[in-house]
Amino acid sequence: MLSTKLINRTKPAILMLLILPSLLWVGMFINGTLGINPIQVLMDKLGEMALRLIILTLLVSSLSQIKYLRSLQNLRRLIGLTAFYYVLLHLMTYVFLDHFFNFSFIVQDIVKRPFITFGFFSFVLLLPLVSTSTNRMVKTLTFKVWKKIHYLIYVGVLLGALHFYLLTKADKTEPLIYLVIIGTLLLWRVVKYILTRRAVQP
Amino acid sequence: MAKILNSEITPYPLYLNRRKFIKSAVAVPFVSSLSFSGNASHLDNSHTYNQQLEENEELNTYEEITSYNNFYEFGMGKSDPMENSEKFQPLPWSIKVEGLVNRAFTINLEDLLNKVTIEDRVYRLRCVEAWSMVIPWQGFPLANIIDMADPLSDAKFIQFETVFRPEEMPGQRKRFLPWPYVEGLRMDEAMHPLTILSTGLYGHDLLNQNGAPLRLVVPWKYGFKSIKSIVAIRFVNKQPDATWSMVAPSEYGFYSNVNNNVHHPRWSQGTERRIGEFMRRPTLMFNGYEEEVAYLYEGMDLNIFY
Repeated sequence: MLSTKLINRTKPAILMLLILPSLLWVGMFINGTLGINPIQVLMDKLGEMALRLIILTLLVSSLSQIKYLRSLQNLRRLIGLTAFYYVLLHLMTYVFLDHFFNFSFIVQDIVKRPFITFGFFSFVLLLPLVSTSTNRMVKTLTFKVWKKIHYLIYVGVLLGALHFYLLTKADKTEPLIYLVIIGTLLLWRVVKYILTRRAVQP
Repeated sequence: MAKILNSEITPYPLYLNRRKFIKSAVAVPFVSSLSFSGNASHLDNSHTYNQQLEENEELNTYEEITSYNNFYEFGMGKSDPMENSEKFQPLPWSIKVEGLVNRAFTINLEDLLNKVTIEDRVYRLRCVEAWSMVIPWQGFPLANIIDMADPLSDAKFIQFETVFRPEEMPGQRKRFLPWPYVEGLRMDEAMHPLTILSTGLYGHDLLNQNGAPLRLVVPWKYGFKSIKSIVAIRFVNKQPDATWSMVAPSEYGFYSNVNNNVHHPRWSQGTERRIGEFMRRPTLMFNGYEEEVAYLYEGMDLNIFY
């Protein structure tokens, strides 16, 4: 059995590991070693990492339902918040670097281009999750309500994956892989939900 | 923009000499050779290039132009064409000119180059992905080849085809696009003096990643219309297939003129990032060649014929 103690002890290392790529990319960006079109590269890398980490959060959450891996749930918040950190950096790159605060243009972009629309709403849906991520909030809201709010992650991650799928031009393999993983995890949740309901109502 | 039309002509012997110089330079590894030869050549011709430059524009560097490319035959990443094209053999090369013409012919590149005059043309290149560059091409008007072929009166369009060599072009071993890549132009577009077949840039032979040894350049259309590594030029009587407009007809039309008024689901066509610049630039109608080409589309609804 994976002990909670072990998990808690590795938390700082995991956090460092997850943050490290962003520091590296921002460093390379400032250094001018991120290629010929650095804004695009930075934005793409941050966005891809954000999506991967949201999926990782879901995966860890699902795995923690397995008896022997229960302690993994202690990582959920850490990975989830790091994912949001990447979402935020991704969005900031888009707003500050790609469009330099040209908000009228950005609003048009959100309205006109489905992939931006999806990306934007994915971000918006993550906000209630982040703002209720403290232990206090769980208590205030009661766990039941808190849990319901956090099911939004599924909608958020789906929109995020669609955002990526739609912007990919020819080879959609990578976004499709993400969509399949998300679909599988979602299906697992739904099946589990149905089974537990049956168990409760004979 | 008329200055682009009245381009200066590089004397052919000089051009040939440069070709020799470049071949030897390109043989050495990328990093050391390109920055050097790029600069050298740039200086040689800076006068010519500058004459054709718009006031608020600068040439993109040789390094930018040769390391940031969309050429899916070599992979989908921007640096894939540079990294994966070393096996490609652009010489010897022959081009087949066929279809509705009085004189169909197959000609090898050397012979073709002896029949044309290589000119310098500094053009903006606007990618549909909303980035752009300014590139000093060397090439000759496509009209030269059309004249040689002497098309029949029912030849209304021209189709171009890229070479198919999966063993040298790793992207062609995957099926994300139907190979070989094809593109097309209407006859008047093809005859337009701005339309060129290019054999070089910055005074160098085209590198593989830029579509060696012969590619189309149509500066008022999105970059993907400017088909690379051409082996066949076919005169036909109806609008031919073009790869991207076959794959995603709602996104890419046959004409694909740079046009901010035609909505694209993926990229805003209102602005563009000039490679090397921080602030986006507004995208100009027909990529800034409106004066020269707008008449080609008079009376056409460009929202239908996009």
